[in-house]
Amino acid sequence: MQNIDWVATTIFVVLFLFITWLGFWAARWRRGDLDQLHEWGLGGRRFGTMVSWFLIGGDLYTAYTFIAVPALAFGAGAVAFYAVPYTILIYPILFLVFPRLWHVCKKHGYITAGDFVRGRFGNRWLALAISVTGIVATLPYIALQLVGIQVVVGGLGIGGSGWIGDVPLIIAFLILAAFTYSSGLRAPASIAIVKDILIYITAIAAVIIIPMQLGGFDKIFAAIPATKVLLAAPPPNSTGSFSNYATLALGSALALFLYPHSLTGILSASSGGAIRRNAALLPGYSFMLGLLTLLGLFAIAAGVATLPEFAAGFKQYGASFAVPALFIHSFPSWFVGIAFAAIGIGALVPAAIMSIAAANLYTRNIHREFINKNPSDKQEAQMAKWVSLIVKLGALVFILFLAPTYAVQLQLLGGVWIIQTLPAVMLGVYTRWFNDWALLIGWLVGIVAGTWMAFSVNLVSTFPLSLGGFTIPGYAAFYGLILNLVVAAVLTPVFNSMAKRTPADETIAADYAA
Amino acid sequence: MANGTKAGGGWSWWYLLFVIEFVLILWPPLYNSVEPSLIGIPFFYWYQLLVVVIGAVLTAIVYFATREKLGTD
Repeated sequence: MQNIDWVATTIFVVLFLFITWLGFWAARWRRGDLDQLHEWGLGGRRFGTMVSWFLIGGDLYTAYTFIAVPALAFGAGAVAFYAVPYTILIYPILFLVFPRLWHVCKKHGYITAGDFVRGRFGNRWLALAISVTGIVATLPYIALQLVGIQVVVGGLGIGGSGWIGDVPLIIAFLILAAFTYSSGLRAPASIAIVKDILIYITAIAAVIIIPMQLGGFDKIFAAIPATKVLLAAPPPNSTGSFSNYATLALGSALALFLYPHSLTGILSASSGGAIRRNAALLPGYSFMLGLLTLLGLFAIAAGVATLPEFAAGFKQYGASFAVPALFIHSFPSWFVGIAFAAIGIGALVPAAIMSIAAANLYTRNIHREFINKNPSDKQEAQMAKWVSLIVKLGALVFILFLAPTYAVQLQLLGGVWIIQTLPAVMLGVYTRWFNDWALLIGWLVGIVAGTWMAFSVNLVSTFPLSLGGFTIPGYAAFYGLILNLVVAAVLTPVFNSMAKRTPADETIAADYAA
Repeated sequence: MANGTKAGGGWSWWYLLFVIEFVLILWPPLYNSVEPSLIGIPFFYWYQLLVVVIGAVLTAIVYFATREKLGTD
């Protein structure tokens, strides 16, 4: 490992101290009674268009994204750019579905997808399935944010192997845990503003300065192996990389807002209109993610993988070290400090929201539903605070004691699982046609089939679906979802004809609009 | 009443504009090429970044077109 860069480290630490103070101060921002779950866990649903833009942007475009997507570009080339179509397609979905969900949640005091499904379909077991899926999919995601911190701290020259190397991570964890506990969602909302400004500065500087240093885009792309510049042409009788690319983008887009942390960010908005305005404004982040993805290609052209000073970093962190190495190679120390702080703080924002979202789910849809049915407001908020700590501690233990590959693989499976909640949550916003038990069986079939597909290809995202000699490789989550939808649609009339009861639904059409 | 197509939250024909984004981006053969490149950036990359901008503009159009019906809150 290279020596510690004291200038960069000092700036990094100062920025971390600042956001720590900000995280605690946030408890008093737009003051509310933090002994109520919707105040602690949703910021009182009071964030307007601007704050929501920072909060949802900081929530969805995580530190892990900024490390992993360029790392994929560095290793595999063009396919990593699927992150761009993915983050294009999320916004029509956001616009069409989530203002309606916001309205019904506000009207009935729902704070989780589980709450909504419980009210809409009147089936606690379906709500439990939705909630457990959300929690399980979130845990590895939190762990990966901590990996993001590890990589940049390693880039500063601190760390290496042994327990000393874990100290910075444990400190970051303690900061995160403490301000989330005390301030709830207000903490990541305020910190997101600082973090996103830093990230935008970093991304814009990187795509202007680094190409100038490397002699322009012509030279950069000439230095990249031709097989990495474009998607490979499909072999005969297969849609090859094209269907991989398209289904990865579409499946990921359909899954994104089903993640509990996404929904928590959306429900904290002050109005359905604020969400719709953000559907037009948030693509700013997609553009930036596209630019950051190019950094992975810049790192190939800069040849950082062969520079001796980065050998130890690549050995320890693999391709994830590409962007940190590129920054160290291209920027003066003070700017490296800013860029790394942007990524490090960028890990804390989503990690805080994810732990809050998981805590809300446990508190509302497991504890209150099955254990203590009549908690006081204060008991409920207190339970969520404790659960948010436990969830984060679990993620920390995971990262300290298990290889990061497990977190990556679990996160991949998490995507396959969370998308199976789409029929109940996203279609449920528009229609009560589906039978609740049919949805539950569809969910189960989707999860089992998607998991089987993922394992059959040794836990990569895409599965080679064969139809009569023709192969359509695609995202396992997407194929699982299709199966799920077919099962739910076929079983709905069957179950409805067996039981002649009136479907339970505590919501009415007017609840879904302003 | 169960499927909520009333009370202002339902369908608008303006939503069909979103189809454009899906068509532009979900068919990779459309843009999987180096030329025409732009200041040295292959078509594959700048095209997709351009669609990000197109998508944002389309969403803004739909927002303003449906604002009366859906309200600004």
